[in-house]
Amino acid sequence: MSLVYAGVCSHAPGITGRADQADPDVRDRFYASFHQMRADIEASGAEAIIVIAAEHFANFFMNNMPSFAIGMADSYPGPIEDSTWLGIDKFTAPGDRGLSERMITEVSQTVDVSYAEEWKFDHGIAVPLHFLTPKFDTTIIPVNINCQGPPLTPLHRAWAFGEALRRAADSVPEKIAIVGTGGISHWPATPDSGKVNEAWDRDFLDRWCRNDKDALLSYNDAEVYKDAGQGGFEIRTFITVAAAAGGATGVVHFCEPIPIFAVSCTVASYDLAAQ
Amino acid sequence: MSLYFVQKFLFELNRDEGLQERYHADREAVLARYDLTEEEQAALVAPDIGLLFHLGVNGQILMHFAALHQIEWADYLQRMRDGIAEHGPVREGVYAMTGYEGVDVHTDALGQSTDGGSE
Repeated sequence: MSLVYAGVCSHAPGITGRADQADPDVRDRFYASFHQMRADIEASGAEAIIVIAAEHFANFFMNNMPSFAIGMADSYPGPIEDSTWLGIDKFTAPGDRGLSERMITEVSQTVDVSYAEEWKFDHGIAVPLHFLTPKFDTTIIPVNINCQGPPLTPLHRAWAFGEALRRAADSVPEKIAIVGTGGISHWPATPDSGKVNEAWDRDFLDRWCRNDKDALLSYNDAEVYKDAGQGGFEIRTFITVAAAAGGATGVVHFCEPIPIFAVSCTVASYDLAAQ
Repeated sequence: MSLYFVQKFLFELNRDEGLQERYHADREAVLARYDLTEEEQAALVAPDIGLLFHLGVNGQILMHFAALHQIEWADYLQRMRDGIAEHGPVREGVYAMTGYEGVDVHTDALGQSTDGGSE
């Protein structure tokens, strides 16, 4: 087995871009949890990190919107946003075209996936990498799921995609970590930015930690939009990681609302060793 | 289809520094290449963040347009709220999917206190 780590984290641009406006106590405890996630990934011996993001019209638009896309390049520039606005300097993250190609080839056996030889990271990947690989010295395989432009990727396909990613990770000799990024309930970049639905978040994370496939796939988009906002559509990245974890159960390391970051900031991981 | 081209323009603007320079130099000339209504063109030239949100532009696209115009975060949120108050619910796009009638109605629907979601 070469999947050595599976976890999820928030990626909101305010986490770095509006850091000075947050309550320092809760912010610093959240950052500490992010730093522990970095330590855990390093301790796993991961040689490459699959980052599954719900990107935000940085690379993909409604002229040709893929349900799933995987990067296949030797390097990726970022952030696409203004550096001052995001609070992250311009960087180039290393990729591995050959590793991506092997992964894509295996995933494609069961899930139709688009590949991209050009990919500019937006905050969906750049914010997590700012904490997880601050020197941008770990190989990244970027992955995107359409959580933005309806009709969205169905949840059961996000699950199938996670299973395919697991099979692909296990098919290569490299040690692979998988990290899903996104918010749970939130209304980012709208008049309701800062609002979260804590009860909904707790219930979702309970399903995620139990890795309860039926419960995770029982949501529908209209209900999610009503209870968890358009930001809640990003549960797809969490669900894909759940499937990739192959039945492992999870632990929430941090989950608290930080309104200026527009989301309940979350760090959680699965215990792959217990499988 | 017009909302599509408003968002297509903003998508391309957000990605392309050269297009940003041309937009700053002559907004009307850049926008002439896109299939826009007069209302949409005027909103993009102004720029009128509240009207663009009312028209249905996704906030993940719109927030970068606001940042390009040096509009601070709190002001950006307020302009969207003002746009809904002035023009009414979002007309189309993802926010019109189940209806959106403003912060207060939404807060009530979630059973939360009306702090306005301010930050």
